[in-house]
Amino acid sequence: MNLRDPAGEDPLSEAERRQIHYWMRLTRTLDDRIISLWKQGRGLGGTFSQRGHEAISVGAGFALGPDDVVAPMHRDLGCYLLRGMTPARLLASQLGRATGVNRGRDANLHGCGDLDLNIIGFVSHLPQSMPVALGAAMAFQYREEPRVAMTFVGDGSSNTGLFHETLNLAAVHEAPLVVIVENNQYAYSTPISQQMAIEDISQRGTAQGVTSEIIDGNDVGAVHGAATVAVERARSGGGPTLIEAKTMRMLGHAIHDGAEYVPADLIDKWRKLDPLERYEQTLRDDGVSDDRAFGAVAARCKAEVASAVRFAEESEWPDPQTVAEGVYAP
Amino acid sequence: MTDGNFGFADQPASTGHQKTYIEAISDGLATEMANDPNVLVLGEDVGGSFGGAFNVTKGLAERFGDRRVLNMPMTELSFIGAANGMALMGLRPVIEVQFADFISTGFDSIVQFAATTHYRWGGSVPWVIRAPSDGGIRSGPFHSQNPEAWFVHTPGLKVVAPSTPADAKGLLISAIRDNNPVIYFESKPLYRSLKGPVPEGEHSVPLGMAAVTRQGTDATVISYGAMVHQALAAAGTLAGEGIDVEVVDLRTLKPLDTATVLESVAKTGRSLVVHAANRLAGIGAEIAAVIAEEAFESLDAPVMRIGGLDTPVPFSPPLEDVYRPDQHGIAEAVRRICSY
Repeated sequence: MNLRDPAGEDPLSEAERRQIHYWMRLTRTLDDRIISLWKQGRGLGGTFSQRGHEAISVGAGFALGPDDVVAPMHRDLGCYLLRGMTPARLLASQLGRATGVNRGRDANLHGCGDLDLNIIGFVSHLPQSMPVALGAAMAFQYREEPRVAMTFVGDGSSNTGLFHETLNLAAVHEAPLVVIVENNQYAYSTPISQQMAIEDISQRGTAQGVTSEIIDGNDVGAVHGAATVAVERARSGGGPTLIEAKTMRMLGHAIHDGAEYVPADLIDKWRKLDPLERYEQTLRDDGVSDDRAFGAVAARCKAEVASAVRFAEESEWPDPQTVAEGVYAP
Repeated sequence: MTDGNFGFADQPASTGHQKTYIEAISDGLATEMANDPNVLVLGEDVGGSFGGAFNVTKGLAERFGDRRVLNMPMTELSFIGAANGMALMGLRPVIEVQFADFISTGFDSIVQFAATTHYRWGGSVPWVIRAPSDGGIRSGPFHSQNPEAWFVHTPGLKVVAPSTPADAKGLLISAIRDNNPVIYFESKPLYRSLKGPVPEGEHSVPLGMAAVTRQGTDATVISYGAMVHQALAAAGTLAGEGIDVEVVDLRTLKPLDTATVLESVAKTGRSLVVHAANRLAGIGAEIAAVIAEEAFESLDAPVMRIGGLDTPVPFSPPLEDVYRPDQHGIAEAVRRICSY
């Protein structure tokens, strides 16, 4: 599916589509490896799987230009990767090493910000990324720079006042902001039916005067298409967009959580909609790629991740003498 | 609070024009907006011809344009959060929270995001929150608060609290230039009651440096904001009784200039900390602990503290007057420590 031209061909070149597939596969491979490391007791603290969210993080992130800014969250591993944050740095962060993105200061994907890559690091209070991205967008407006800010939040965050406040403020200022709401059905153990009385979170955007739409969050073409339209709208002065990407959190809230509270048939239903398998089928059907090529991509990703694991595990721990460094900017 | 210049009459007036404390804040803002196009102002009612609940930003929109003075809806959490994003992108927003009491609405954006970002991943968040604080002006529980201790307790923030017009300007300019989030507590009771010399144009006062506002030998009174003037008034009274009081104005509450405090206490051997914020777990508790730890050998009397009561700030004058420290209570406490 392609929202820019629903009847026409995919606006992406074959090479771009293969890149998207690579980022999705790398995301899945790294995510799977993180889970296995933690299960082997080689992890540190808690961690979060993004399984099932590859289409959203990669599809939306791929719609941004290099000068655009993004504030992803803990299910958006793919977005960090395609912006240039390497598996080695990300894993070293997860293992608390001095070579990690945040030099042992913050856990798992939290605080993996790097302004050289135009990535803003998040705090656990997830909707906090929304006004921060809005502020970045307002800074671009102020300086009349043709840049866009994008952020990601979940269904849980959409219940907060901050979510509504930020959309309202973004609409008032017609800010170049794209908000991706990853509706993955659960906030920790609480199903969406116990969080809100409405069916679609996109209504909340509409209510605040923000152009809002709903997409299939497991269809990377749909995500990329909608995100591209939203980014172009933002860049051309058309104001903010909210995209509700419906998906499913395929594992627990965090690594410790078996998610026994999720009905098995719900998981089964969404397993059949796996975003990576679906995209591979699309690429096969369109003659863009084939199983041999997929095998080669998988092998490449596996090797990259293996090398990242070695790097992270062999990296030095932070020097305890540095604990008080960096509280303040010089 | 009485009119007058609170013991500053002996300061040279030649260093600048006489300005009220609130005029000095406006002057600092305008000076830095003229200096740096990255400085912009945002907050409730700050824009247009209105210029804020206290008129601090009056004239700024006309002078610098509406794009640099942004009215915000009544949503501190999101507009302070937006300032976080602006600051990460290299702007230097100055946020007005109308009353310091309303800063709690923006708490997460301050203490969770702004305060932790540089430590966690190196992002610099150079904003200033101007928080009109303090009571004694019959404004009740929600327009009188002094919530500075919350922020002094938060790693990654800086906190300033000027007591003079010159410092109001100079500390504001330094706060705007600082590459970290700074909360600037301006004292409402001083706004129009206090006038003093303020240097024209370029004028900055470094963060983290206390000032010895009155030299003395018998006891040190350590304070900040409006209470500095109560301490000076008490010192004037006590001078007539043969007690020579030194007054230290902290000016910056974080980072705290403990060196100046300890130097003074080493000289006088007696110390009293005074603030309008409630005493329990306030700044005074920290300073008293530092003095006890670092200056024990110099002490001739226990370190004393005076602060607001551990109640919400009451409205009615007989209640607020009991709640709030004043020069008489300060003088009495100094007499006590001097009797050891």
